Amino acid sequence: MAREVLTGNHFVNGDWACAEGAVSAGCRFYAAYPITPATEIAERLAQRFPSLGGKFVQFEDEIGAMASVLGASFSGLKAMTATSGPGISLMLENLGLAVMTEAPCVVVNVMRGGPSTGQPTGGAQGDVMQCRWGMHGDVEIIALAPSSVQEMYDLTVEAFNLSEAFRVPVFLLSDANIGHMYEKLVIPEVDELRIVDRKKPMVPPKDYRPYEADESMVPPMASFGDGYRFYSTGLTHNEMGYPDTSAEAQDRLVRRLSDKIRRNADRITRVDRMMVDDCDVLVVAYGITARSAATAVKQAREQGLKAGLLRLVTLWPFPDKVLEELAGRVKGVVVAEMNYGQLVREVERAVRPVPVRFLPKLGENPHSPAEILEAVRRMAP
Amino acid sequence: MTQQMDHLLSEYLRMDRLPHIWCAGCGLGIILHSYVEALKETGLDLDKVVTVSGIGCAGRASGYVNTDAFHTTHGRALPFATGISVSRPDLKTAVISGDGDLFAIGGNHLIHAARRNVDMLVICSNNFNYGMTGAQFGPTTPPRTRTPTSPYGSVENPFNLVALVASAGATMVSRWTVFHVYQLRNAIKKGLTRKGFSFIEVISPCTTGFGRLNRQSPLDMMRQLRDNSRVRKVHPTEALIDPFGEIILGDFVEVERPTYNEALAALKGEADE
Amino acid sequence: MAKKQRITLIGSLCKGCGYCIEFCPNKVFEKSEEMNEKGVTLPRVRDPDKCTLCGLCTRLCPDFALTMTEEDDG
Repeated sequence: MAREVLTGNHFVNGDWACAEGAVSAGCRFYAAYPITPATEIAERLAQRFPSLGGKFVQFEDEIGAMASVLGASFSGLKAMTATSGPGISLMLENLGLAVMTEAPCVVVNVMRGGPSTGQPTGGAQGDVMQCRWGMHGDVEIIALAPSSVQEMYDLTVEAFNLSEAFRVPVFLLSDANIGHMYEKLVIPEVDELRIVDRKKPMVPPKDYRPYEADESMVPPMASFGDGYRFYSTGLTHNEMGYPDTSAEAQDRLVRRLSDKIRRNADRITRVDRMMVDDCDVLVVAYGITARSAATAVKQAREQGLKAGLLRLVTLWPFPDKVLEELAGRVKGVVVAEMNYGQLVREVERAVRPVPVRFLPKLGENPHSPAEILEAVRRMAP
Repeated sequence: MTQQMDHLLSEYLRMDRLPHIWCAGCGLGIILHSYVEALKETGLDLDKVVTVSGIGCAGRASGYVNTDAFHTTHGRALPFATGISVSRPDLKTAVISGDGDLFAIGGNHLIHAARRNVDMLVICSNNFNYGMTGAQFGPTTPPRTRTPTSPYGSVENPFNLVALVASAGATMVSRWTVFHVYQLRNAIKKGLTRKGFSFIEVISPCTTGFGRLNRQSPLDMMRQLRDNSRVRKVHPTEALIDPFGEIILGDFVEVERPTYNEALAALKGEADE
Repeated sequence: MAKKQRITLIGSLCKGCGYCIEFCPNKVFEKSEEMNEKGVTLPRVRDPDKCTLCGLCTRLCPDFALTMTEEDDG
């Protein structure tokens, strides 16, 4: 008999941890197309699902995979796909459909060097803007950035919870380094897991208005086959889900789809603060970069420099308020990311007029602590 | 416009959304009528049917049916429907879409869904053009016809849809027209009640697009469907189609093969740790 | 007891395509002088006794405008 939650200690790679996080969260539909460095997630779930009653489909392309994730989500299943940058590019249209029809789903991007085919086996953080702005139109999404194999598990569970709570696609932005590295993973007892399920309608079918929300701004979600006979479309629609492309409907709908995330940003955003209470130089980093940054900050402190680290766990919605507040207390900010300048723009915007030094990294290897330490030294008053 | 009307098909249609948006004489209304009558005659529980459609005039069909329904992105009705069919084998998934949505942008998904023998019914309205965007040519447009993007006559060869779908592995393949309402309804009933990838091509007039641009009145087009059709029991590759000449119709393929869901269910995973 | 065929037309749904008039095997329909709100000239049943309840009109009508019932006459 297959166990759903593999409670205990494991020594595994990030992709494996992500797959088990999905299983623990209750995901029972996975569709994907193989792509380095995310393929192992598919392989693990292809192996696990049959004995759990889960459905695994390897699609002909990422477009089909994402479309089927939506079909499964509306059928009542928790559904996920995993890919890398080129696959996200293909999935963007259906991700927009997920935002528009408010389909809970988790999309894992194990990032690699880009643009285009790029460096298939090289880690990077070059897709952080893509998931936020790659869809056409005005959208808000949630994106989480794990820094360890343990977080590949924990944040996958959290990603499902957030997608169910807010009826929005949630991205897990990992990278080839974390996806493929081996570390200890502790999977908790079943009753220690916090699992969130989507709100279902409390009214009979004849009274159900599929896209009408209360003050939470998140409509309860019926599933196909529940008897609600609801209609969903990617066209701008009214509260019945029927196409309504009037100016009023567009204004109302687009605002609600964004506001349900924006106005709940405080509940959604998570950061990890290390030694920030009395720091002069704040280092901002996420994902694997934050590991090097943590070492650099500790070394800085040993050398008498008042450095601190703000590790971003949610990249989107961007934790503006946290940065604004810290900006008032620090002399300078160092942003390190494995790209040529993406999230640093958000940091600059939020901490203005505090000076920001940007440390790019291109080419698969994370920053070394020494590089970050050097930047902190130069920034120190 | 809200309708307080009494209608024999009220239970099957979203009466509050009629009249539908399709042009006068458009075959899509006829296809929709056949679909809901077939639903009625099969006695299927409407709570257990999901109607999915793509983008285009045909794609609007899902918005008028009183079942769970979804209007996807262009060309992606089939993978969306696969997600439903696989997740909920207890539901009947039906796709209504057009020749462009299913065979141009959606062509890749079409051949793979057929190859997998995913359990679903696919009704393809073939009106020989991309109606919604203004009658441009598509993968079934006959050569030498005029459309706004082939103003000097189309230079492309059209697909034979039934041949393509059959060779991809579909286990039921038929072609009818909107004039042949009884055969069409029967084919839909069969598709709704059997397991496996069931495909029905329906030749349908685009009265304000392809028809008008090629100087055919709606009645001309319907008369042609009535007079130029021949029902033949042939291999789908021989089921040729010439919208200004002979159209071969029929129930060309009906075979039983394990469906995708049956194959998935038979997988015995190791009780894995 | 004789049966009466009754064909009901929902004028607001009719778009005037003319299929019912053209294709009824017994030519039961003709154009009327009546228009609906959208300016469409509606068909009407010319000769109800000639209707055999074949139902073709109700199925060829693309707009769900025609329905058919059979009633006891008397």
